[in-house]
Amino acid sequence: MIPDEILATLTLRAGFNSAVVVAGTACLGVAAGVIGSFMLLRKRAMVSDALSHATLPGIALAFLIATALGMEGRSLPVLLAGALFSGVLGVLAIQAISRFTRLPEDAAIGAVLSVFFGVGVVLLSHIQTLATGNQAGLKTFILGQTAAMNRNEAMAIAGLALAALAACVLLFKEFRLLCFDPGFAAGQGWPTVRIDLTLMGLTTLVTVIGLQTVGLILIIALLIVPPAAARFWTEKLWAMLVIAAVLGGISGWLGASLSALVPRLPAGAVIVLVAGSLFLFSFLFAPARGVVATAWRQARLRLAYAEQAALTGLLHGRPPASGGMDTWLRVRGMVRDSALTARGRDAARSSERNRRLWERFLIHYPTLVPGRANWGIDPIDRVLPRDLVLELESLPEQLSP
Amino acid sequence: MMTSQEFLQIDLPAMTAAVLACVSCALVGNFLVLRRQSMMGDAISHAILPGIVMGFLVTGSRAGLPVILGALAAAVLAGVLIEAVRRLGRLDGGAAMGVVFTVMFAGGVVLIEQGAARAVDLDADCVLYGQLEAILWLAPSGWSDLADPAVWTELPHQVVVLAAVTLLCVVCVTLFYKELALTSFDPHLATTLGYPAGLFHYGVVVLVAVAAIASFEAVGSILVVAMLICPAATARLLTDRLPVQLWLSVGIGGATGAGGYLLGAFGPTVLMGEPADALNAAGMIATLAGVLLTAAILFAPRHGILGRRRSALRLGPDDPHGAERNDVVSNAVTR
Repeated sequence: MIPDEILATLTLRAGFNSAVVVAGTACLGVAAGVIGSFMLLRKRAMVSDALSHATLPGIALAFLIATALGMEGRSLPVLLAGALFSGVLGVLAIQAISRFTRLPEDAAIGAVLSVFFGVGVVLLSHIQTLATGNQAGLKTFILGQTAAMNRNEAMAIAGLALAALAACVLLFKEFRLLCFDPGFAAGQGWPTVRIDLTLMGLTTLVTVIGLQTVGLILIIALLIVPPAAARFWTEKLWAMLVIAAVLGGISGWLGASLSALVPRLPAGAVIVLVAGSLFLFSFLFAPARGVVATAWRQARLRLAYAEQAALTGLLHGRPPASGGMDTWLRVRGMVRDSALTARGRDAARSSERNRRLWERFLIHYPTLVPGRANWGIDPIDRVLPRDLVLELESLPEQLSP
Repeated sequence: MMTSQEFLQIDLPAMTAAVLACVSCALVGNFLVLRRQSMMGDAISHAILPGIVMGFLVTGSRAGLPVILGALAAAVLAGVLIEAVRRLGRLDGGAAMGVVFTVMFAGGVVLIEQGAARAVDLDADCVLYGQLEAILWLAPSGWSDLADPAVWTELPHQVVVLAAVTLLCVVCVTLFYKELALTSFDPHLATTLGYPAGLFHYGVVVLVAVAAIASFEAVGSILVVAMLICPAATARLLTDRLPVQLWLSVGIGGATGAGGYLLGAFGPTVLMGEPADALNAAGMIATLAGVLLTAAILFAPRHGILGRRRSALRLGPDDPHGAERNDVVSNAVTR
């Protein structure tokens, strides 16, 4: 393969048609990333899986009805209308089962997913036996195919994805409330059921417009993987949305380009694999919640506690229990000839003061304790306001308040 | 008209495979439903795809041991990865499953397409929908042949594997019945009593994986999910006792397998009144399972939506017994 060709496709210069397809898929990725973030925080990730599988019977039924009425069965709007109908029916069935019966939600999701898909498979096998039936176009919905997409379809996908994105931005406040505290939202008089249905409706829209590109088995990946990856980078909702949108956009853009360049590389699977690599990178190396960063922070915290214990012990004439800690303190210039240096004594005193003040604070103001501070280790002067620290210092030395 | 030879060679082996697949999946599915782990069945049935394709690319046949081993390895890998992403990444369980199984399935799809470039006889279709119709038993030519032991040695390998797996599932559930029940209903109590609840969690996952792998060739990977969940969920609505639920789900699974196959194979012919093409049997089995589940949701005597309404009416003041019972209840409350 020629590098020029790769560059041309990636930068949307390889012909107008493929540029539109790549751009449309990228828009889809952006919209799915943002809407999927809300679904992820709402702990509804698997509902979208059932939703996408449930579209199959609708597609097949729409084809059958359109053919029976003498229309072109494979026209995209007809098929997508059918997909929308049965997808919504599937979601309503899940909600009804988990609300009105004793079955747990996961059983409802699994049952709806597999039964709807089974009905779809039966209908497809029926279409295959029809004399007029050409189901070649229908099967592309299962695993997705960008090659068959024309310019107008790609533009429609991009337009609908951007509309879904705009709706999400407009309803940001409502969705945030719903994700983090639905009970509070209901108590404040927000129409939570309607907001919930709107979110499900947007998810359905993204699923349906993604069917042709990514396919109904893997469209759920665009709704789950980029948001899950974005979660590792930040603790803020708006930042998570932006990162998920960027990751989803990159997945759609790179995946569609690669699939256009390399023969026999189905677009849906490649998009998911790109998203999966981005997820793996975020999972390992994201600074906020990534595995490496978390392990590093935990190791440093453990060392800080051990160092504090050793310094306090030395101040009261007890040598550190482990040889490793002794070496560490010597390297830091706090201990020489198993006695504290001047620097070590200062550090030990200030760390003991810090620990005492933290103790008093936890005893006297247990309701004010900040959640994200490491008690006893973080310098209390930096965590608490100055007047509170002065008050803690003036408190008498006793344990019970 | 169908001859007994056709029935013995085409329909009987396929139907037996369908029934065995449904029975083994329904039996282990009970514990997935009780543990609120139903989606684990979905995740595993998707995640085994790359393992199957790898095993297939190595041997070039869909039947060999490498395929089964590859699928099992992929299932275990999926289980470990899901747990790792959930614990280390502090993600919601559903999201962890969604990430792992979609990526593994996508890898499998790419492997299939790349393998297909080398003219290999495997496509995503047979993994998704199964190939029940391809299970043939060419040895017997009439009912009298069944007495000949040589005929039995040529039983299709899918049926043999499914029979062995069904037996394995029955033996495991019988042997560990007490432990499975305890860890499903109250894992914390089980742990305090000294039963390793975590080990049984993985045991259930492995058993589900084995049943799913043995069945995927017959009913396809997604319809395995229907067989894992629907019979168990139907039985759960009909009874409150675990042994009854297990028997019911196995009965429902077997009946669904046989009935779905017959509907798919002969339904169109009967409906049209003339010979017609068969419908996809695996899809028909899932559809029938859905119909039975819907019936149970609506009409189950105590837990169905309509059944519950009727028993609520029976407690109303119009019913003399109901009024009596209400008196007893209100007396007990006032005292």
